[in-house]
Amino acid sequence: MPVNYYLILSAALFSIGAFGVIFRRNAIVKFMCIELMLNAVNLLMVAFSTVWGQAQGQVFVFFIMAVAAAEVAVGLAILMMIYRNLQSTDTSILSKLKW
Amino acid sequence: MPISEILFWFLSVTAVVCAMLVIASKNAVHSALFLIMTFFAIAGHYFLLNAQFLAAVHIIVYAGAIMVLFLYAVMMLNLHKDAEPGKRPLFKIAATISAGLLLLTLTVALKHSETAPVGTNLNIGTVESLGQSLFNEFLLPFEISALLFLSAMVGAVYLSKKQLS
Repeated sequence: MPVNYYLILSAALFSIGAFGVIFRRNAIVKFMCIELMLNAVNLLMVAFSTVWGQAQGQVFVFFIMAVAAAEVAVGLAILMMIYRNLQSTDTSILSKLKW
Repeated sequence: MPISEILFWFLSVTAVVCAMLVIASKNAVHSALFLIMTFFAIAGHYFLLNAQFLAAVHIIVYAGAIMVLFLYAVMMLNLHKDAEPGKRPLFKIAATISAGLLLLTLTVALKHSETAPVGTNLNIGTVESLGQSLFNEFLLPFEISALLFLSAMVGAVYLSKKQLS
């Protein structure tokens, strides 16, 4: 397959993830959409790594997975704390910093 | 049409449709399950791209660890019913337009990029070559990611304590 197909597929997945982050107000589903966006970038990195025949792109994907795992652990802990204080994960409640 | 192209289209359609269903489904548990299907489709793409090690790690880390964490959080937060009361239609339209413009920008910008066939180099995705790269030129980032995990672990435990003071 030409690499352009992977470009379009990754762009579509990234846009769907961005749409979900804007559209949904449940913070857990927002997190899932962020994971989707990270995965779109990962897929593109692996595709380019095979185009150039070098392993560095795949090592970067490895690091992105590590960072995503750490991010989910801390993010879900923050979410638990928000839920404990507000009894909701609706992000439209968290508007105290809004002008 | 060779089998790899059929597989590519099948996995792409699965990934995109399941990604849309993640957003469309009202129940957070259904979103998580559709997200798992998207991750499996992306793992299949990694297999097609001869990145066997990354496909295995992807399934273990995402479909195994991260999604279990998500489902556990959904279970603990008790979000079985939809917790999103009436959204303004203007907001929906704004979200659709902005995401559509993002997709349009990305596709138009990438449409005239250089076309190169994805290589069929069998060796770069193996554990051996990735390990060589990881422990020679990326040794320092590897150690720093260990520090990152330690701090994430401490942060998660600190945040989920009962009283913070």
